[in-house]
Amino acid sequence: MTHRLKNSLRRSVAALAFLTAGAALAQTTILNVSYDVSRELYKDINPAFSAAWKKQGGADIAVNQSHGGSSKQAGAVIGGLEADVITMNQSPDIDILVERGGLVAADWRKHFPHDATPYTTTSVFLVRKGNPKKIKDWDDLAKPGYQVIVPNPKTSGNGRYTYLAAWGYALEKTGSDAGAKDFVSKLFANVPVLDGGGRGATTTFTQRDVGDVLVTFENEAILIANELGGNQFDIVYPSLSIEAAAPVAVIQKIAAKRGTEKVAKAYLNFLFSPAGQENIAKHDFRPRDASVLKKHAAKYPSIRTFTVEQKLGGWAAVQKVHFADGGLYDQIILKK
Amino acid sequence: MAGATSMHIGGDHAARFENKAATRETPLVKWTILVLALGFFAIFLLLPLVAVFVEAFRKGWETYVTALIDPDAWSAIKLTLLAAVISVPLNLVFGVAAAWCIAKFEFRGKQLLITLIDLPFSVSPVIAGLVFVLVFGAQGWFGSWLSENDIKIIFAVPGIVLATVFVTFPFVARELIPLMQAQGRDEEEAAVVLGAKGWQVFWHVTLPNIKWGLMYGVILTNARAMGEFGAVSVVSGHIRGQTNTLPLHVEILYNEYMFSAAFAVASLLALLALVTLVIKNWVEHQAARSYRETEQAS
Repeated sequence: MTHRLKNSLRRSVAALAFLTAGAALAQTTILNVSYDVSRELYKDINPAFSAAWKKQGGADIAVNQSHGGSSKQAGAVIGGLEADVITMNQSPDIDILVERGGLVAADWRKHFPHDATPYTTTSVFLVRKGNPKKIKDWDDLAKPGYQVIVPNPKTSGNGRYTYLAAWGYALEKTGSDAGAKDFVSKLFANVPVLDGGGRGATTTFTQRDVGDVLVTFENEAILIANELGGNQFDIVYPSLSIEAAAPVAVIQKIAAKRGTEKVAKAYLNFLFSPAGQENIAKHDFRPRDASVLKKHAAKYPSIRTFTVEQKLGGWAAVQKVHFADGGLYDQIILKK
Repeated sequence: MAGATSMHIGGDHAARFENKAATRETPLVKWTILVLALGFFAIFLLLPLVAVFVEAFRKGWETYVTALIDPDAWSAIKLTLLAAVISVPLNLVFGVAAAWCIAKFEFRGKQLLITLIDLPFSVSPVIAGLVFVLVFGAQGWFGSWLSENDIKIIFAVPGIVLATVFVTFPFVARELIPLMQAQGRDEEEAAVVLGAKGWQVFWHVTLPNIKWGLMYGVILTNARAMGEFGAVSVVSGHIRGQTNTLPLHVEILYNEYMFSAAFAVASLLALLALVTLVIKNWVEHQAARSYRETEQAS
């Protein structure tokens, strides 16, 4: 008995050593922590960057990726997830890394072109084929008898942009904050479920057949309408929406510790290169590069957009007025 | 789960009930209950299981195999096995030691120890994961010390193993305590009187008595270690190819609209569960037989 036990023990120790050795053998890696619906994009970008990096004479590099609700992901980085770069869909999720633990340089917006945002997208409507409810603009979403699917603005950047887009539209229409609050309250009264992230909301709308309209990022809407939804959905562009620029940053504290600053910077710069921009367009985001954007213009109908800075006084103000505890968003949801 | 043996004595009772007119139920009652129980079983257990396999093969064998040989799936399989290979022996040693202490000795704080062993059952797995983040995370108690010494626990393999060990902590001990308590200390005392040393008593007297209960505990530990989602999800960091276990990999695939692939990997977990069930039944059968043999001998 003792002998047999010893033998099996030895075998399991050997198996263990084998398993851990596999993990230790990997080449230089960097980790890109990102938001929920950028998975497909970075799955393509990462090998493209590795190849380009090697061509320039760099070492073998593997880029790992991790995805989830954007604020949750930022929280994980604060909690110690060792990310070399962070690629988010709203700047508050990077600003918090400056405030908590000084992980990112305070002037991160200046480190890359276009305020460190390689692409934009915007909030649009996805409706069921043929648009049976004749949804044209934000006004329809606030009418009684319509069901609107939106991810939770508290936990998801996608939901936050939807909320702000509706607010901006109503602000322009009614000319007052009170009017905007009234309009957005009516719209959110039509929301039956608030999913935690963009993907969850898509699944609710497309797989569980809940709701008349899904408000989500344009790239997600195109992906569903053209590729994954089996031709059961149409996209509707409202008369006005919000520009959702996706910010990126090197997490300097971690990159410095791991000695990956140079490659992390090159990785993010690659997003702005023609090859990176081409990949971005392939995944239905709106590239910053004018020539790439022009090449794919057919995919992106023109839509009037505003930025958080132009209409709503910047992210810090939005955070304080709308999304802080007891802020306007809480008041609207409680009234519901 | 009062031990594998008690369940099988139940079988004899049932036969006795059925043979006596006074205790026999009318056919109507019997069949109603039977249909209800089986119907419930079919809808809530069998149907989902079948659905997993149907969905897994919806796009054919090729998709199924591709999903399983994908490098990320492979690394998830390896990590899941690693977590099980570490946590099962650890909890086996701990479980036997704890059950031994509790069943064979009287000491202060025994009730406290029993309560502590049950803690992982009563705490939500998500909370268990968060506790590890609070203790070992960058902002946690040991965070700065760990990062100065370049030791990674949270969002790395050690964190996943820790979380798995935590949630599977009670299975072996819980299985053995009632068994060892029922057996008492008589046989061990006799062995000592006859001149056996500590380890000899354990190997030749205690272990043969508890081996089936022990096996049962190990099987349960293993099943939970491979299937755990909540606690592991919190400490994983979800880095593809590195810190995703099989259940986490299923979630990722599902969220990427790769439903067939998600169900293919899920079917692997389901198969694991089925194998576990078969082994569990075999162990129960063996345990019942050895129980009957001792009954006849005495």
